[in-house]
Amino acid sequence: MAVFSVFSSLFRWLRRNLVVLAGLVTLAYLLLPNVIVTVFSFNKPKGRFNYSWQEFSTDAWKDPCGVADMCGSLSLSLQIAFWATLGATVLGTMIAFALVRYRFRARGAVNSLIFLPMAMPEVVMAASLLTLFLNMGAQLGFWTVLIAHIMFCLSFVVTAVKARVMSMDPRLEQAAQDLYAGPVQTFLRVTLPIAAPGIAAGALLAFALSFDDFIITNFNAGSTVTFPMFVWGSAQRGTPVQINVIGTAMFLIAVLLVVAGMLIGKRRAKKSL
Amino acid sequence: MTTAKEPKEHGGDVRLSGISKTYGSFTAVHPLDLTVPQGSFFALLGASGCGKTTTLRMIAGLEEPSTGTVCLGEQDVTALPPYKRPVNTVFQSYALFPHLDIFENVAFGLRRRGIKSVKQQVGDMLDLVQLGEQARKKPHQLSGGQQQRVAVARALINHPKVLLLDEPLGALDLKLRRQMQLELKRIQTEVGITFVHVTHDQEEAMTMADTVAVMNGGRVEQQGAPADLYENPRTTFVANFLGTSNFIEAEVASVSGDDVFLKAGGGKLTLPKARCTAPATTGGTVLVGVRPEKISLTHADDAGAIPEGRNRITGRIADSSFIGVSTQYVVNSPVCAAFEVYAQNIERDARLVPGADVVLHWNPAHTFGLDADQDADAGVEKVEEDA
Repeated sequence: MAVFSVFSSLFRWLRRNLVVLAGLVTLAYLLLPNVIVTVFSFNKPKGRFNYSWQEFSTDAWKDPCGVADMCGSLSLSLQIAFWATLGATVLGTMIAFALVRYRFRARGAVNSLIFLPMAMPEVVMAASLLTLFLNMGAQLGFWTVLIAHIMFCLSFVVTAVKARVMSMDPRLEQAAQDLYAGPVQTFLRVTLPIAAPGIAAGALLAFALSFDDFIITNFNAGSTVTFPMFVWGSAQRGTPVQINVIGTAMFLIAVLLVVAGMLIGKRRAKKSL
Repeated sequence: MTTAKEPKEHGGDVRLSGISKTYGSFTAVHPLDLTVPQGSFFALLGASGCGKTTTLRMIAGLEEPSTGTVCLGEQDVTALPPYKRPVNTVFQSYALFPHLDIFENVAFGLRRRGIKSVKQQVGDMLDLVQLGEQARKKPHQLSGGQQQRVAVARALINHPKVLLLDEPLGALDLKLRRQMQLELKRIQTEVGITFVHVTHDQEEAMTMADTVAVMNGGRVEQQGAPADLYENPRTTFVANFLGTSNFIEAEVASVSGDDVFLKAGGGKLTLPKARCTAPATTGGTVLVGVRPEKISLTHADDAGAIPEGRNRITGRIADSSFIGVSTQYVVNSPVCAAFEVYAQNIERDARLVPGADVVLHWNPAHTFGLDADQDADAGVEKVEEDA
């Protein structure tokens, strides 16, 4: 009897907390790789590969740029990601506004063509871009990589911004005009702030995509080496612990940004109550 | 309380001359002339798609007229963009800026005109619409009625020459709508600014406005004070859109003095000549109209007690519905099927039930005559219109 009641209360507890449990399991599934990366950034491997745990050490954290060329490639990747994000966000936002707000010839065609980079296999796009650059006689390097990155980031930015602009009431801009705001003021004071979450989402997506792109970059970089290319190259010969340090640092920065964003949002919501 | 004491300072009437709007082959507004007297509460009334909102947007500058001019007082503003017109709008569904709080929403117009110290003005304006406490909330945290008041405050703070209201109460429930009607009317008398109010709700237009222009199919059908429109409609559309009307097609028997004598079925009717907008020539036909509440209902057995000189027709009650203050009867008569009669519930005659033979009678002064060439059912209330 007692056993039965224990079981039944356990069952009831399970039923009540099943969603939470499922959530925790999923979260663990998502975070496990990050945990491994972090743990192994404190490893002191024997030999060149950082694949089995040896002993705890902070050597790599003390000297993150200790591996030849790695920090150079990291800085290059950050630069490319920054400029690609800027270019794709500005262009993509304008395209999104044009597609939603204006009726023009070939609007439908542009609308579907913009999704092509998303739908096409990356490796195909990489190879055809290379063909294009070679035929144009372009010098492969920073600029070809940047052009390629802006291109494939564009479709993501357009998608994110378009969704936001489409849900925007056109009467808001009319109201602004009615309240003495000229076209520039209307755009800066009303249109842009309301579209901002969509633009920010597009920009974040663009940054992440550009920073860790490997395939397209590898085809079109010539002798330039970005961070993903460096990691790939070193994985053939041995993986320095510093790669894990950079990975962990990136992860922490992202988490900090998200938490900060949430705190700011919460404080703002509280203030306006 | 700044009553309408300073009308001159607000500068002139709104004058639309020959203004029209066409979209491709579709004409939304036919060339129309309209003068809104300064300081008045003016309503544009009509069903959806009648061109009333387009007309309003042309005054605001949000729509460019195909022909004609818009003048505010002495100033021709036809070519001015909306942000240069001394006119403000309360939009349908309010169009409050979601990213700004109530204070900044209301201050928006002042700030755009480069006014630095807005605190006092915004505070006063929020007090006028009784929202002083809510200044730091975002629009989505307010109720529909409160949002509506913010929209009014945001427009009024700029002291426009004209305030345009585009179905401002459409999104509110009935009770709140009544309350806001009185509220808007109060604000209008307090600030003395010209209000142009677009609505499809005839009761709203009649309650609030000094002058109502009834629009239909891109044209103004009739314009006047609410009571005048109601008592003296000039078209069947106006007669049916504002309240309910009964129509009898009658033949002109003779015209003498101030009266037109008519024949309908077997009966005789009298119509004051002054209230007949159709040409009354002997032998011609006119549509005789009478409002349901003007009619008295007497059981056929008591027909002898009806005073002489009243218009009378006979019929049989087809339906009756008791709605508290009054009872609404539908009476079938040889001259008009489904005659509507509203009787106050003062002394109810228990014999007036469906199937009873009755005599309908009314004072001839309450009769109006219209051109028989038009559709007697034009403008009859369309249920789906009521949002």
